[in-house]
Amino acid sequence: MWHYRQLLTAASGCLLRGEQLMNQALNTEALKVQVAEHLTHNVKPLLHEIRHALAALLEDGERTIIDLRSMPLAPGEEQHLLDELGQGEVSARFNALGPSEIIETRFSGVWVVVHYNSNDEVIGKFVEVCDIPDLLRSQREDIQQGLELLQTQLA
Amino acid sequence: MLKDETLGEALRRQGVTRRGFLKFCAATASLMALPPSMVPVIAAALESARRPSVIWLSFQECTGCVESLTRSHSPTVEGLIFDAISLDYQHTLQAAAGSAAEAARDTAMEENYGKYILIVDGSIPLGNPGYSTIAGISNLAMLEEAAKGAAAIVAVGTCAAYGGIPHASPNPTGAVSVRDIVKDKPIINVPGCPPIPVVITGVLAHFLTFGSLPELDALGRPMAFYGKSIHDRCYRRPFYDKGLFAETFDDEGAKKGWCLYKLGCKGPTTY
Repeated sequence: MWHYRQLLTAASGCLLRGEQLMNQALNTEALKVQVAEHLTHNVKPLLHEIRHALAALLEDGERTIIDLRSMPLAPGEEQHLLDELGQGEVSARFNALGPSEIIETRFSGVWVVVHYNSNDEVIGKFVEVCDIPDLLRSQREDIQQGLELLQTQLA
Repeated sequence: MLKDETLGEALRRQGVTRRGFLKFCAATASLMALPPSMVPVIAAALESARRPSVIWLSFQECTGCVESLTRSHSPTVEGLIFDAISLDYQHTLQAAAGSAAEAARDTAMEENYGKYILIVDGSIPLGNPGYSTIAGISNLAMLEEAAKGAAAIVAVGTCAAYGGIPHASPNPTGAVSVRDIVKDKPIINVPGCPPIPVVITGVLAHFLTFGSLPELDALGRPMAFYGKSIHDRCYRRPFYDKGLFAETFDDEGAKKGWCLYKLGCKGPTTY
């Protein structure tokens, strides 16, 4: 006998398949629409904000986090910003309630952090100006749990 | 969730790491349009929050709102947060039925008087108390009784928020919204047919974090989630601004990606 939640999951799986088929149909060449040339011109001010934050990090150790989803950016502008920041030496990926990607840009101390949920939808996108993003560190509570786990394993 | 367990302890018991929890807090702050500096505040508040009692009443509705919240494909933090609240009464989901279910509602209201969150989906018929009843109690009487002890009310879905489809002319049941009846409690409207699940849990997270309702617009909706319409963010918006509209689905304008407003697009009123 199916649990109610299983039934809902199965039904939503059917809906998702329908959605995928519709998306495939919409992506056919004949139906593609052009993207408007309409810019907010927020990329350069953002880069200046990052420059100020980087200077503050160097001088006072001050960390800054910029929520990219709180910025009005036209289609293509976010990619333009990410292209300007480029990619540096470090890139990391972890999975905690869905994947997250953290890359250091070509400007050391400037990181781009993207969080996804377990359905691979973006749920957060940030520029962090810091030595190392907090989420890359092992968290004290998790270390404690790790110790207990290792002790159990060795017992 | 065990009695007296904090939300942080409950999440940990369910295998959510501290890193995962902090990630959720960062995403929640972003979703609620709060500055990233608020993430530690949200984390501290949610972590130490005791299981809030939630009573969910379903009136003239189709159960779509409940399905919206429970149809996640895989475990999400929204789902875990929802699991972590004490859902003391929801007649579709709860195992108890009949008088046992109604007793659970009475007990939850009595034990958490003045503190519980009341969630309502569906509109309330005023035309005749018999149009919609639960355990022989009219929707109006049940709402009025449950509202008395509620700390806040969340009207989930367009029916509870504004009357919805039952309220449509000729409105045979005399359907009204929660706000039409309850005047002395904070009410937050989360309209949608159904609403996005993360908005429901976001409102709960805000209430747990700050102990108050988020900023609301003139229609009683949380500004953080209903501040910008699909129309505001649409890649076809520049065409709307220039007055360039597709007149049919296969004309030149449609092929060029012009605005679909004249073809019935609901983007300007969709959030």
